[in-house]
Amino acid sequence: MTRPGSDTDGWGTFGVTIVRGGATALKDVTLAAPRGQVSAVVGGDGAGKTTLLRALVGRILPVSGRISAPPTERCGFMPTGASGVWQDLSVNENFDFVAAAHHLSGGALADRRTDLLEQAGLTGAADRLAGDLSGGMRQKLAFCLAILHRPDLLVLDEPSTGVDPVSRVDLWRLIAKAAAEHTAVVMATTYLDEAERASTCLVLDRGVALAHGAPDKILASTPGTLTSGDAPTGDPELSWRRGRQTRSWHPGPPHPGEQPIGADMEDCVIALTLAEQQAGAA
Amino acid sequence: MSAVVLARADRVSKRYGAFTAVGAVSMHVGPGEIVGLLGANGAGKTTLIRMLLGLTVPSDGAVSVFGRVPDRTTRGRLGYVPQGLGLWDTLTVAENLAFAAAAFHNHEAPELPPGLQAARNRQVAAIGLGLQRQLAFTIALAHRPELLVLDEPTSGVDPLSRARLWDAVHAQADNGVGVLVTTHYMQEAEQCDRLILMSRGKAVASGTEADIIGDTTALEIDTDSWSETFAVLDRARLPVTLAGTRVRIADTPRDVVERALAGDEVAATIREVPATLEEKMTALDRVATTS
Repeated sequence: MTRPGSDTDGWGTFGVTIVRGGATALKDVTLAAPRGQVSAVVGGDGAGKTTLLRALVGRILPVSGRISAPPTERCGFMPTGASGVWQDLSVNENFDFVAAAHHLSGGALADRRTDLLEQAGLTGAADRLAGDLSGGMRQKLAFCLAILHRPDLLVLDEPSTGVDPVSRVDLWRLIAKAAAEHTAVVMATTYLDEAERASTCLVLDRGVALAHGAPDKILASTPGTLTSGDAPTGDPELSWRRGRQTRSWHPGPPHPGEQPIGADMEDCVIALTLAEQQAGAA
Repeated sequence: MSAVVLARADRVSKRYGAFTAVGAVSMHVGPGEIVGLLGANGAGKTTLIRMLLGLTVPSDGAVSVFGRVPDRTTRGRLGYVPQGLGLWDTLTVAENLAFAAAAFHNHEAPELPPGLQAARNRQVAAIGLGLQRQLAFTIALAHRPELLVLDEPTSGVDPLSRARLWDAVHAQADNGVGVLVTTHYMQEAEQCDRLILMSRGKAVASGTEADIIGDTTALEIDTDSWSETFAVLDRARLPVTLAGTRVRIADTPRDVVERALAGDEVAATIREVPATLEEKMTALDRVATTS
């Protein structure tokens, strides 16, 4: 295991296995985190997203595999929930506290603070207590604090969970802007539409990578055959509803007369999960 | 649409002092219908739900559930899964089920689904969010409600489990149960028969996803360097966003984008594409905020 690494080698986790409390939390997981790109880690609760992100910023050590990341002071980390924000401090005081930790002061800090507050739509809330902000505003504050020192690697643990759709658009713009400024951004999300908008995506399920790559490549590699109709065509356990339509999936090539459809990320991840379950049962 | 209405709000308002949480909103849910309530935090969704549950009294207008003013009787005929799931953390799965059964005057607690059987004697705090959510659903459905009210039912759930929850919701709707559901997942809008978009206490749009988006378009911009294009449009203070390596911009006239790009001599191909529901919703929210 090596860290810190240089970005010429490429940052990320490579074949990483992590054991926590005697159980394997992550098994042989690789996630590349190139500069100037948003890499998304997608999965539900317990998939291993937080463990992977914490390992990437050096807070958990793997039992095997390699982690490459900038030195800790060049990483920005936004933990899940609002835990990166001090609720009893005002927005400005939160900025002051984090700035002091990074030895930022003077005109450079003043300019950076003004700029970030404006981008996040928090200028009018600078003197409010963080605990009094709405969920969306608090998440945007947490994002600003994570990026205040212009890190080379920005790691965001579910920045948009529980955030309403309108604030989510603002947050996504801030995230994209960080990548446009050449930061390597890694974000965990439960929203598949966000994963689809990232440059690369890692799909995690119970500590195992179901897929890793550009979203269109992941879609193209959807296993088995997917069809859509008014009712399940095969095993109901391998069917799911999408509005008034029902998707049916089976692991093999199309049966005669079947009209397969292309998968979107939702269908693809479900098909990957079902295929993994079948492989595990076999 | 069925003539029977399970839940109805008729120009209903709720004010707290000078603050209007819900302002003259009308909506209805019929049997077998899945109606999605979408909006930013503070849009008034939860206040509207609380009025339908009989937990908050409207300041103006009327709400009715099963044709009467919401009270304990109407509550007994509807199933509710709150965002926080409404379970007792220190009780076991079986105790939670028995407690809810007693509250609804059910003589027998319902059977647990197979996934929960093994956890029946475990404390709810120790069973994980996925099983907790299954339990909250089991409890909400145990008294065979005619109307289901679900507040963010799938937050944090993996895609397969989310699909299974929606399968359960559709099965209820297929049996004639009306469903009112709030969600932050725009993709889940497709699971609903009808949507109501709320912003700043008002219903700003309603209908199917296609009805609401209508002919609204967004612009997708292909260039050699998405980051440079993004930076140029961001500096021009346009509402720019990113989709993979394509830059996208909604709610902005094409000539404004062209001028911004030309000013920085960025060569780009601009395509007009249908807006997403999220983009339409953001635009409607902006109008509601500035009006």
